[in-house]
Amino acid sequence: MTADPVLEVRDLHTHFFLRRGVVKAVDGVSFTLHRGEVLGLVGESGCGKSITALSVMRLLPRSGGARTVQGQVLLNGEDLLTKTPREMRDIRGGRISMILQDPQTSLNPVFSIGDQLREAIMRRTRGRRIDAMREAVDALRRVDIAAPEQRLGQFPHQMSGGMKQRVVGAIAMSRHPEVLIADEPTTALDVTIQLQYLKLLKRLQQETQLAILFITHDFGVVARMCDRVAVMYAGRIVECGPVDQVFDNPSHPYTQALIASVPKMTETAQRLYTIEGQPPSLMDLPAGCRFAPRCPYADPRCRNVYPDTCTVGPRHTADCWRLAAA
Amino acid sequence: MRRVPWIPACIIATMVFMAVFAPLLAPWSPIDQTLRDRLLPPAWLDGGSLHHILGTDAFGRDILSRLIYGARVSLIVAALALTAGGGVGLTIGIVAGYIGGAVDNLLMRLVDAAFTFPAILFALLLAVTMGQGLTTLVIAISLLLWASFARIIRGEVLALRHRDFVALARVRGCSSLRIMLTHILPNVLNTFMVLVTLNIGVVIIAEASLSFLGAGIPPPTPTWGLMISEGRGRIADAWWVSLIPGIAITLLVLSVNQFGDWLRDRLDPRLRQL
Repeated sequence: MTADPVLEVRDLHTHFFLRRGVVKAVDGVSFTLHRGEVLGLVGESGCGKSITALSVMRLLPRSGGARTVQGQVLLNGEDLLTKTPREMRDIRGGRISMILQDPQTSLNPVFSIGDQLREAIMRRTRGRRIDAMREAVDALRRVDIAAPEQRLGQFPHQMSGGMKQRVVGAIAMSRHPEVLIADEPTTALDVTIQLQYLKLLKRLQQETQLAILFITHDFGVVARMCDRVAVMYAGRIVECGPVDQVFDNPSHPYTQALIASVPKMTETAQRLYTIEGQPPSLMDLPAGCRFAPRCPYADPRCRNVYPDTCTVGPRHTADCWRLAAA
Repeated sequence: MRRVPWIPACIIATMVFMAVFAPLLAPWSPIDQTLRDRLLPPAWLDGGSLHHILGTDAFGRDILSRLIYGARVSLIVAALALTAGGGVGLTIGIVAGYIGGAVDNLLMRLVDAAFTFPAILFALLLAVTMGQGLTTLVIAISLLLWASFARIIRGEVLALRHRDFVALARVRGCSSLRIMLTHILPNVLNTFMVLVTLNIGVVIIAEASLSFLGAGIPPPTPTWGLMISEGRGRIADAWWVSLIPGIAITLLVLSVNQFGDWLRDRLDPRLRQL
């Protein structure tokens, strides 16, 4: 892996301005995604994973009062947050792409698979129909769809969920993006298909040296897919590092707790470990470390001052006072 | 797969044919009065003759001829009013539903206002200011239609807007206009077609009411609605004057609805089998 950053997010703040107050969904997120690398973004529901992705794409829900108030999103050094809407549209289709969770609604039900692939391809090449046709067949073949020529004429309802998600993948990759954001792409698939899909995604990623931001809440998927992992809690990344280091040596108490609560097949069944309490309200965040109210090691300093980012190993960092003291 | 509804299709085709070729098909003039022959019953009743197969009205005008010419007015009014009213409603529904926010609020309050407005009164006002005629009638009926189209289409768009394929279209770099045209519009066309067919009956009845009130096509031009209202007073002794155009309206509305049902199934790719 080369140190060749494709996507760099610096100190990103995305807040929802509601009548009842300000929801700090993303509150100071920074990470770097290198060429040919898969970065996992993990965390529980509502911790800001998806909003981070949407902020990068600049596709925040308009009606929700969401705004990115601070930070930079650098794609090969260009700040996406200062682009005009028109420039942004070109970037979205061509240089950053996305796969969403639910294949059932990811395809337009009234168009055939071929039409939908062609729409994506034609916008890149502005080329002739017949070439687009051939490219569509190739795109389907790349995602292991058998008899792609026949599939082109079919409609989404004639395909299985796994197959639809592969078509979504084919569309997302049809314009050879530099960055792919995959927002829980396997959550809606059943387990055997999940594995198959992950293998396919990994293979395509290695072939094209694609950089993937892989959003998930499943540590098993992280272990299989990712090179590095960033753990998010209440709008911030609390720990970030190479997957094996984070797994072997989780340094932030939240990461430790998350890993401890994954059931292990090797041990006899016991009560599952759970984290006490609830994540803080994003409208009323604690002054210090966000995990302090649930942390078994919290002391008064944790409750009042947000900890520094500490290095715990090569390219492995965590935000915790216990590490700063050591 | 449902079979093609041949009988409704034939009825619609016959009516369209009648409307287009009215001057060639009608045996008599639809407006010339022959008072000697007034209120002749249809040919199959006592006193009827083959000269006037469907009988004559109170002014001795041939009902078959008036029916044939009346198809023109009814179909033209229906086509124009549904194109204008339906088109405006469709556009407003899609824009309001997709853009949302303040635009949606403004447009939907307009729809609410349109609903509270007494349509008949407005049509009468138009007739007074603009004069009676086809244009007035079409504008009046369009104003009656657009709001319900807009409201129903908007509801449909609200559900579609949050589907992932719309999000992914934005991810692919589509503009809002392009998404509305290529992703939202085809998905609401089914609903639109069903609304159109259901509203053909509404239009024909509205046309009849307005013509009856004197805000529609001025007599003596025959329209089906006008024919019904003209025969209204003599329903006991000369029932054919009202009943025959009534049957024509019923047949047309039923056929169009049947045809609309079939079209809806036909347009839905989920029901289109290999």
